[in-house]
Amino acid sequence: MASTAVAHPDSELTQAQLAARYGLSVAGARPSLGRYVNQLWSYRHFITAYANAKLAASFSTARLGRLWQVLTPLTNAAVYYLIFGVILGTSREVENFIAYLCTGLFVFTFTQSVVSGGVTAISGNLGLIRALHFPRASLPIAITLTQFQHLLASIVVLAGIVLIDGEPLTLEWLLLIPAMLLQSVFNAGVAMAMARLGSKITDLKQLVPFVMRTWMYASGVLYSVQNFEKHLPEWAASLVQLNPLLVYIELMRHALMETAPVTASQTQSWLLGIGWAVLAGVLGFIYFWRGEKEYGRG
Amino acid sequence: MAEPIDPKTDLSATTTTVGGPRIPTVVVDDVHVVYRVYGAGAGGNGSPVAALKRMVTGTKSAAVREVHAVKGVSFTAYRGEAVGLIGSNGSGKSTLLRAIAGLLPASRGAVYTQGQPSLLGVNAALLNDLSGERNVALGCLAMGMTPPQVRQITPDIIKFSGINDRGDFSSLPMRTYSSGMAARLRFSIAAAKKHDVLLIDEALATGDARFRRRSEQRVRELRAEAGTVFLVSHSIDTIRTTCERSIWLESGVIRADGPTDEVVPEYEKYMNRT
Repeated sequence: MASTAVAHPDSELTQAQLAARYGLSVAGARPSLGRYVNQLWSYRHFITAYANAKLAASFSTARLGRLWQVLTPLTNAAVYYLIFGVILGTSREVENFIAYLCTGLFVFTFTQSVVSGGVTAISGNLGLIRALHFPRASLPIAITLTQFQHLLASIVVLAGIVLIDGEPLTLEWLLLIPAMLLQSVFNAGVAMAMARLGSKITDLKQLVPFVMRTWMYASGVLYSVQNFEKHLPEWAASLVQLNPLLVYIELMRHALMETAPVTASQTQSWLLGIGWAVLAGVLGFIYFWRGEKEYGRG
Repeated sequence: MAEPIDPKTDLSATTTTVGGPRIPTVVVDDVHVVYRVYGAGAGGNGSPVAALKRMVTGTKSAAVREVHAVKGVSFTAYRGEAVGLIGSNGSGKSTLLRAIAGLLPASRGAVYTQGQPSLLGVNAALLNDLSGERNVALGCLAMGMTPPQVRQITPDIIKFSGINDRGDFSSLPMRTYSSGMAARLRFSIAAAKKHDVLLIDEALATGDARFRRRSEQRVRELRAEAGTVFLVSHSIDTIRTTCERSIWLESGVIRADGPTDEVVPEYEKYMNRT
């Protein structure tokens, strides 16, 4: 032992000192927040390719292929119209109920799919994560992007439904674009937070459908939002107004429809929409980044 | 009895470099790797109520098991070295490689590396519903290439993999491939990039004899470009021909570390004993 120590000066050092001396870095260390954003940006092509690939893969075995992207929202709208519009007769409360219903439904489905996809974004892709290096936030962001494309198809269907239902085509329809973008940022933030939570708490996947259903009832998707004021105590009704999904749904409804009943003023809705997007986007991203090192463990 | 060779004595005594200082590229410092396996127990109670209860009370499900795969491994690898990792099945070889690559975090200790080591495995997950061509593009983008680079390299990868030797398979979904074809394509994607530190996990065992020759040639090229190469293989011949140094891992602990000529016979003696 002594002779080899003389033969080589490095053998006096501990492993950590040796690494420091030759400027080696810790494998799999978490990059700084700024570098992480940079990395993510340089992986933007991977993110879009992955999102498109997922979209193509989800229809690849169906004979009608990507036609289902349009058929799915259409069928959904038909089913809900049958139940709530025709059988239960909720339509009496709102003018152009089918347009009202479909707007809420499609906007809600966007967030719902992103949340349920986000929970398994890490745990369902462990093979990929343990094989390749890439900023892990690519996965929840790609899921948001895939669902965004579903939303675009839904919006095309929705535009048709709204016009057939007798709403006029106005310049206000352009407000759809910022509303969709705000909701996408909000969704991406939620997806990232859910991805980290889901990677640690695997049981979360089972719980999400219940949470989402509750959220759906609190978002005034299936019935008129006037019911909140009518049936809830005042504090609860004003709490419901803060619900981000209700905010995004109302922004969409206002853009598409002339007379849709809303709970809040336009200014309040836009401010809330921006606030929620920034809050969820920033916090979700930071929360996800803090766990970056751990995702390979499962 | 296979007496473990003291890694420290051995490591410095068998300097393989010819002149020049030995520059470490991978320093592994008392690394432990523990990972969790879900669904290990018999089913477990999956009802939503039970799930909620577990979350609230914070009790661990019996279906979750922790596997202590690597238990305190230390060694240093130098530039220009090819290190073979040997050991019986489940001895922690692949886990150790993943820890070196930074893909599986060490629960104790640390791994220091020069640059970003790349794991060249055959189990890089691809999307089975997509065509081989799209998988190539996706895999290359995931390795950090730019779209023009991907467009340029895709034909080479397809050609190297040889999946188009019998008709146009590259435009068919990967689920229609035979397991050999899929493995060849994965290897070809992973081998398309140059690496500082290269970690090869059983990658040479894929495909037929012709592809094996081609992939061995490719690994030699990558070795020439890479600083340091780690190779996990059950094929002793591959280790003998490619690695001058071998680390023998058993149950997550290093049993021997030294020149291949000394370690491999010990390992073979151990394996033939039972």
